[in-house]
Amino acid sequence: MVFSYYPGCTLSTQAKEMDVHARKCAEVLGFTLEEIDDWQCCGAVYPMGSDEVASKLSAIRALHQAKEKGQDLVTLCAACYHVLKRINEDMKNKEMQKTVHTYDNSLDYHGETKVIHFMEVLQKHVGFDKLKEKTVNPLKGRKIGAYYGCMLLRPSSILAFDDPENPQIFETFLKALGAEAVEFPRRNECCGGYISLKQKEKSREMANEIVENAVRNGAETLITACPLCLYNVAKAEGSSIYYFTKLLAEALGVKE
Amino acid sequence: MKRIGVFVCHCGTNIAATVDVVKVVEAAKLEPGVVHAAEYPYLCSEAGQNMIIKAVDEFGLTGVVVSACSPRMHETTFRKAAAKAGLNPFMVEISNIREQCSWIHKDSKDGTEKSIILTRAAIAKVHLNEPLHPGESKVTKRALVIGGGIAGIQTALDIAEAGFPVDIVESTPSIGGKMAQLDKTFPTLDCSACILTPKMVDAAAHENITLHTYSEIEKVEGFVGDFTITIRKKARYVDMKNCTGCGLCYEKCPVKKAPSEFEQGLIKRTAIYTPFAQAVPNVPVIDKTQCIKLKTGKCGLCEKVCTPKAIVFDQQDELITEKYGAVIIATGYDQISLEKFGEYSYNSPDVITGLEFERLTNAAGPTGGDLIRLSDKKKPRSVTFIQCIGSRDTSKRGKPYCSKICCMYTAKHAMLIRDKYPQIEVNVFYIDVRTPGKNFDEFYRRSAEEYGVNYIKGQVGKIIDQGEFLTLQSVDMLGGKRMDLQTDLVVLATAIEPVKSVRIIASMLTASIDTNNFMTEAHPKLKPVESPTAGVFLSGVCQGPKDIPETVAQAGATAAKVIGLLVKDKLMTNPCTAESNEKFCNGCSACTKVCPYGAIAYDDGIVHVNKALCQGCGACAVTCPSGAMDLQGFSNRQLMAEVDAICR
Repeated sequence: MVFSYYPGCTLSTQAKEMDVHARKCAEVLGFTLEEIDDWQCCGAVYPMGSDEVASKLSAIRALHQAKEKGQDLVTLCAACYHVLKRINEDMKNKEMQKTVHTYDNSLDYHGETKVIHFMEVLQKHVGFDKLKEKTVNPLKGRKIGAYYGCMLLRPSSILAFDDPENPQIFETFLKALGAEAVEFPRRNECCGGYISLKQKEKSREMANEIVENAVRNGAETLITACPLCLYNVAKAEGSSIYYFTKLLAEALGVKE
Repeated sequence: MKRIGVFVCHCGTNIAATVDVVKVVEAAKLEPGVVHAAEYPYLCSEAGQNMIIKAVDEFGLTGVVVSACSPRMHETTFRKAAAKAGLNPFMVEISNIREQCSWIHKDSKDGTEKSIILTRAAIAKVHLNEPLHPGESKVTKRALVIGGGIAGIQTALDIAEAGFPVDIVESTPSIGGKMAQLDKTFPTLDCSACILTPKMVDAAAHENITLHTYSEIEKVEGFVGDFTITIRKKARYVDMKNCTGCGLCYEKCPVKKAPSEFEQGLIKRTAIYTPFAQAVPNVPVIDKTQCIKLKTGKCGLCEKVCTPKAIVFDQQDELITEKYGAVIIATGYDQISLEKFGEYSYNSPDVITGLEFERLTNAAGPTGGDLIRLSDKKKPRSVTFIQCIGSRDTSKRGKPYCSKICCMYTAKHAMLIRDKYPQIEVNVFYIDVRTPGKNFDEFYRRSAEEYGVNYIKGQVGKIIDQGEFLTLQSVDMLGGKRMDLQTDLVVLATAIEPVKSVRIIASMLTASIDTNNFMTEAHPKLKPVESPTAGVFLSGVCQGPKDIPETVAQAGATAAKVIGLLVKDKLMTNPCTAESNEKFCNGCSACTKVCPYGAIAYDDGIVHVNKALCQGCGACAVTCPSGAMDLQGFSNRQLMAEVDAICR
């Protein structure tokens, strides 16, 4: 199994460990992540403005490159996944294709690439049963809450990652690693996103609510796939939050 | 050559707005055999029918074509008119220029052209029509009601009172249905059980009613007037005749872990149980998935304590077969599953459905009517109701329709709480409050104005169980603000849907069902209690959401229609049945295999159609490779003549 891989900026800087762990785990689990050439920032959520085209081009280039290689495009960062998948959907529209051509007529792209999250690779291509078999250090007795945030789940008609109100994929993942998955109602609530840049207090309040709710339901630790969620939630009182890849690497015995 | 009259209807503007009816008349006049053609604003009116009758006489017509609405609407009307004029009614052909023509075309040119072609086809067919004569079939004077809730009970009682025997088949151990679970009923707040149980007892005691509880429909054969139906009486493991209903068996039963269906799973029941105290019949059943004796062979405690020796562990399912003239579907509803509505935290013990609340507030319920939170058994300081959970929901997880009963039962619930516990604050989130019905709006206003229930226009986005209380992320639309409302108990007005098994029952009876699994009525306005399948009738929520008053009214209407059928000694049968021409039949017997009614017998190289069984579906005629099988009134020659006329 070979996938095109789009790490995204955060995984090259702030969230480097997510990238390192993902690659190591992929190796153990028997699939290859082939980083695409000269990828550029997906623009985080800014290209989502409906009248934006220019800022979508970098994502379109990445999608196009994966199409040329005939591979699915894998990403880990929730924001990258969100942006790539939604722009991929936009590119099925003829008007959009035409407009993109006026910027760069080499982009012969119509939404052919399949964008998949690393977690979906574990679920659909590796299989959680096999993941369980490959687990050498089961996370026994660890009570872990999966914090989904919003970018992975909504809009659900396009993202189609899991049920937006009652997602289970991370919980199934945690159980495969031998941990106890703690479900808490605020696990799919927004962390505040970029509001933390302008309204620090509001952002802190939202993060506190999430952590408080997770702790009340028995979670000792939270995991996430979103660098922005981690940045915000980590600031909450009594917070303990990691990238899901860290626990995966630990369970598979590849954490340095 | 026949002498044909053509009559084109305007149907007000229904047809005339997109079809130039005068042009249709002119075109019809040019067709061979047409000796008279005319148009009229409403042919179905008395004057319109008289016009046809007069023309038959005046022009010596031997065939009539009516270009108007669908034959399902007025074919019978015009056939009767023709009969009045002395014509055989089957010499009338309808060309439908409304439903499939004027209603779907916007352009008058297209509509007119299509009307001319359709009329031409009907003229070509009527040239080959031959007089047909209906036969007769017998009527078995016995009715079967499927479902023993208030709808089924009322229909059965009304039919029985008219003097006809009725059987009720009920899948659970007792009749009573959902109404037996309710506490009070709106808008009068009288006790549900108090008005229902006498009817249950009446049904059981009536000399014309036979109850088959804990039973299901196994097989259906036959047709209107003459159904043969097999009923599976599931093994109860208790002898109905010997059991005295003393209840010692379930007092002694050591299994106490099965969720009680009647109490909506709020408490557990034993393996041998009667669903509720007033059950009819008052005979317990053994749940074989829970009983230790039936699972492992050990225990048998109930058998030991039963003095009348009514416990029969080796009892088997019993199949009984009975003939019926009519079948009534009264299968009722269930609340939808909330599995896909994760945001409402239904997994929290303090978030319950409307039906669960009925049990919680019922004096005979699991708490003796004491309103408490199920998590910590404390009295709630506030209770919040949320309307339209899964109703009026256009996403795939919900139902697009209004469940109709929720606004009123929520007002009732809210009022009951405020009456009993004035210190408890009660909130209701609503999209709209819908209260059409006698004394309904007054009832709702009383809950808001006299009982001080807080009605908040808006929906709840998420419920978060905080342990001590619940936080409702919500919006007050009239106040224009988002809010986090704290409350102790939430009641979800959950959408209702027809019971799942109705699909199986409908397909056994070849009765049609809509996209939401509600039974389809023969006509939404004019035949609301009949299914399009002759002899199959509808009662209660299986046909669409209804409250108790409406259900009872409909149940009576259904009974009237059934009685109207059962009083007849004979039914006129459709003469449009299949007929095999022995000279052409090559004896392949392909027709016998496609006949859904078992109407074709194969005997010594030739086939014979039983006219009483044949329903005229035509499956055999299209299957026959040698053209020997023909459907009267729709013969191969007639159909080909129509096609030729269309293609001309």
